[in-house]
Amino acid sequence: MNDLDWLESQSIYILREARSRIDRLAMLWSLGKDSNVMIWLAKKAFLGRVPFPVVHLDTGLEFPETYAFRDRYAREWGLDLVADECPPIEATDATLAPNSRLAARKTLGLAQAIERYGFKGIIAGIRRDEQATRAKERVFSPRRADGAWDFRDQPPEFWDLYCAEAPPRGHVRIHPLLHWTEIDIWRYIRRERIPVVPLYFAREGKRYRSLGEIGITFPIESEAGDIDAIVAELRGIRTPERAGRAMDHDSEDAFERLRVAGYM
Amino acid sequence: MDAVAARDEGQRALPIVIVGHVDHGKSTLVGRLLHDTDSLPEGKLAQLRAISDKRGVELEWSFLLDALQLERDQGITVDTTQIWFHTAKRRYVIIDAPGHKEFLRNMVTGASRAEAAVLVIDAKQGLSEQSRRHAYLVRLLGIEQVAVAVNKMDLVGYDEARFAAIAAEIRAYLAGLGLRAAAVVPVSARHGDNVAAAGASMPWYSGPSVVAALDGFAPRPPLVDQPLRLPVQDVYRLDDRRILVGRVESGRLRIGDALRINPTGRLARVAGIEDWNRSAPRREAIAGESVALTLDEEVFAERGHLLSAPHAPPLTASAIAARVFWLDEEPLAAGRRLQVRIGTREIDATVIGLEQAVSVENLAVSNVASLERGGVATALLHGVVPFAFDSFQDNASTGRGVLLQNGHVAGGFIVDRAIEIAQQRNLTAVAPTVTRAERERANRHRGGVIWLTGLSGAGKSTIANATLRRLFDAGWQAQFIDADNMRAGLSTDLGFGRSDRTENIRRVAHVAKLLAEGGTVALVALITPLRSHREVARAIAGEDFHEIYVSADLETCRARDPKGLYRLAEAREIAAFTGLASPYEPPVAPDLVLDTAASTVEQSVATLTAYVQRVLAPAEAEARPRGELRLAAAAS
Repeated sequence: MNDLDWLESQSIYILREARSRIDRLAMLWSLGKDSNVMIWLAKKAFLGRVPFPVVHLDTGLEFPETYAFRDRYAREWGLDLVADECPPIEATDATLAPNSRLAARKTLGLAQAIERYGFKGIIAGIRRDEQATRAKERVFSPRRADGAWDFRDQPPEFWDLYCAEAPPRGHVRIHPLLHWTEIDIWRYIRRERIPVVPLYFAREGKRYRSLGEIGITFPIESEAGDIDAIVAELRGIRTPERAGRAMDHDSEDAFERLRVAGYM
Repeated sequence: MDAVAARDEGQRALPIVIVGHVDHGKSTLVGRLLHDTDSLPEGKLAQLRAISDKRGVELEWSFLLDALQLERDQGITVDTTQIWFHTAKRRYVIIDAPGHKEFLRNMVTGASRAEAAVLVIDAKQGLSEQSRRHAYLVRLLGIEQVAVAVNKMDLVGYDEARFAAIAAEIRAYLAGLGLRAAAVVPVSARHGDNVAAAGASMPWYSGPSVVAALDGFAPRPPLVDQPLRLPVQDVYRLDDRRILVGRVESGRLRIGDALRINPTGRLARVAGIEDWNRSAPRREAIAGESVALTLDEEVFAERGHLLSAPHAPPLTASAIAARVFWLDEEPLAAGRRLQVRIGTREIDATVIGLEQAVSVENLAVSNVASLERGGVATALLHGVVPFAFDSFQDNASTGRGVLLQNGHVAGGFIVDRAIEIAQQRNLTAVAPTVTRAERERANRHRGGVIWLTGLSGAGKSTIANATLRRLFDAGWQAQFIDADNMRAGLSTDLGFGRSDRTENIRRVAHVAKLLAEGGTVALVALITPLRSHREVARAIAGEDFHEIYVSADLETCRARDPKGLYRLAEAREIAAFTGLASPYEPPVAPDLVLDTAASTVEQSVATLTAYVQRVLAPAEAEARPRGELRLAAAAS
């Protein structure tokens, strides 16, 4: 087994644990590279079909290319897509910085979906290497009824004997990609030929390294027009992956505040 | 391919945990490692400076990992974290573990993911209890590669003698654990001495730097050469095929190989390995691979079963001695009931004793009555059904587990050995002066356990009670054990949580077994919702156990609601009511099915009475096999 085989096997094991132990399960599909890998892994784990709803937290502010991608692959991959509109920005915590409030719409959208469909498990494609508070996450992360992440009191999680118990009226977040890195993701996309939104590839000297909403996501200078070039670029790059995501940089604790309140 | 690509392709990042007492400089060492190996992202150093300035402190490396505001403001690592870095040789995942005693569970969480450890000791403070505890736990978790960084050498004037004293002390302690430190390195993490390069302050030291010591470690090889162990995670149905999924924990399997399903002992062969979108079909899988298998015949298997090679099965025993590290607020003591998880199997168990608690200070062992949070001792665990496992020595993945309390992890353990309950408690089996055969001859029928399972309202009690009358009138010795009556007496101390429910079933099964051994027909009416519950009863009653499925759909039961329980449950006055909030798993191969939605009470009673009189007819009369009876019952 090489490193990608090992990462894949571990993720499949996690997805199968989630499916076996949690009845009402859903997967978040942000349409980004990581969540496409996650859907791919689910198809591997469940032998060709994704056996639970796939949720796109729609703010109406995705790039046109992103919506085109969603509509095409929801059909081609046979997904049971839930794409309800997130609550408006007025509904978010007004003490947050403006960029954070845009992101917080997704937190509310997720809470709305959990309430509406009664999900007890939410599979999310976050990775430890993306962001320092995500690095502290558990693979199976219990959330209280309000969706909040109680980082002061995370349960022990040994080896891979995961605990799938949800708090009363709460849910469990499952993170099957936590142990992957950005470069792992791209090498796996290359190996498996997984489709991604074309915005990741450079056009006129710019490409999106991390994909979010219009207005709070910015491209990087890059000439990487294909996956080989992206992998080569990432081996030498010194800037953080989420540097182009405005919501992370409003203040020192901007992202932590979002996550504690239930953001992915 | 360039050098960086060559380093990264195909090679898993080696996970290393940094452990040690709070404030001995673990997070600082990690920050320095990243900086000195040129692994920090652009702008990160400036950001750390800004964050440090804001708090009025000197450049604080630990802020790199202590990402939470709470951690930065209090200057303490709360939870374990991971960060990637690389040397010229390979990629690493550094796992930073909190050193504060309060967060021991987070330390163990981090350390359980590692394959090597760096123990950080403050040169000024020396070894603390927590340094020793971390070393002990690292060893217990199965990590055999350890390096020691004696940090803050700058605070002791780079004193060689001070270093030598600490080095001797920690080497001796590790030797007591059966560990040999790959290196003991004098370090100043703050200034970078001996982190990635030697520096000028300690010319008397000629050993490896921390980075060189890390590069000397090796990834843990997968357990390919051990016997096959594959815990079943789930069973999928695809078209009409049944597919068993799970991860090969050790060994290998090929299409055509015979497998043993533990604990049932049934054998089957691997017919195929299923995959989606794989370039070439798999004919073989080795330790570490997740697989989906079809078998060559229909054998019962479910989550929790352990597949093994037929010639090298796991150990099977009802009781084990396990080395436990306890993390729950409430101390662990004999009599405590909890769940034991090994692989994908969860078994209700009772702690029947504690022994050999270890003092991490000097590794002395002593007997204790209870085990406090953070403590380590051997616990004797008695399962309601047998465990299938290996000793940790023989197989790390099937020789370890967690202890659960109400679904939460309360501790972890590694398996030492199987134990004999009777021997353990100095019990001697006593043979009664009147034998079962004598009683059965006198009664002119055999004893047995007739176990009626089904939803509340399906008719279990009504049918069992009426059958009791019929049997008695026919001159049979019979007794009726009703769930409610049991709970009003023998089980008044039990609630309806998972552990208590299983304990109630265990008690009922033992009472029923006692009656059966006295030649009596024990009619039991108990929901027994889960297959695992009925397995508990079957394990106790053995050959005497007859599983009778009293079947009626939920709607019918809800409409009947003889005890008014559905109304209460719907009004949320009963939590976890079977059929509504908690599941009922119908039997897979019951000995008799009584469909009470389709037949009258009288018909069901007649069917059950006939069944009992047939299967428990006197031993000398030839009883017909069970399968045939099931057909007869279904036809009547």
